[in-house]
Amino acid sequence: MTDQRANDSGTSRRDFLTATVTLAGGMALASVARPARATPDTMQAAIREVVGEAAIRKGKVKIDVPPLVENGNTVPITISVDSPMTAADHVKSIHLFNEKNPQPNVIGVHLGPRAGKAQFSTRIKLAAAQTIIAVAQLSDGSFWSDDADVIVTIAACVEDLQ
Amino acid sequence: MTARALINVPPKARRGEIVEIKTLIAHPMETGYRVGLGGELIPRDIITTFTCTYNGEEIFRADFARAIAANPFLSFFTTATATGTIAFQWSGDNGFSATEQAPITVE
Repeated sequence: MTDQRANDSGTSRRDFLTATVTLAGGMALASVARPARATPDTMQAAIREVVGEAAIRKGKVKIDVPPLVENGNTVPITISVDSPMTAADHVKSIHLFNEKNPQPNVIGVHLGPRAGKAQFSTRIKLAAAQTIIAVAQLSDGSFWSDDADVIVTIAACVEDLQ
Repeated sequence: MTARALINVPPKARRGEIVEIKTLIAHPMETGYRVGLGGELIPRDIITTFTCTYNGEEIFRADFARAIAANPFLSFFTTATATGTIAFQWSGDNGFSATEQAPITVE
């Protein structure tokens, strides 16, 4: 009887230790795997990947986003480009980048003269108050951009799971 | 895998009119950066591409990154050229694929 009880308690101690080690291992893994935030440098690199060596001029593009958002998990955003959208002169693509999310890319859209209007809306996640940049490529090969500052009070990516 | 999608395409348009198309699809858009209850990272599960075709011709395509909010919403425009079908296709991680279509009558 006494032996049996000792055995039981031994088993549970082993279980407890195994669980502790697993948990600690998991936490260590999480802290190692937790990504570095995108920095203005990584954002610039992501922009260069799309644009190449071409010059980016400011203008034509307009980002419409609330300057102060409460919830970074869904930030409504509209991007429009001033373009006649004809076969000769239209917007080919619009890319959106951010500074401080874990990844610098947000969305890239491809359109053409059939769109009639170079504008789209979506909802994005923002991990912190930061600057976002939209870059549009026109059919003549030129690139135009706009940036916007957004202040986020509740950041995306850090919420607790239910 | 089936996903619920909401599509808003005007049923009728005049020829040459610029119409707005709105789409919304149910999807968690798990970023791969969140940590679960056991301390492990929840693997990435996102929609990566969205394509819209008008009578078979591609009119709009989007590449989503992880920064797109859950239940991705998109609104964009097209010129109504002919009566026909506007088709939508989403695809993403873990073999996710969904299609939807809407008719449009052009007068």
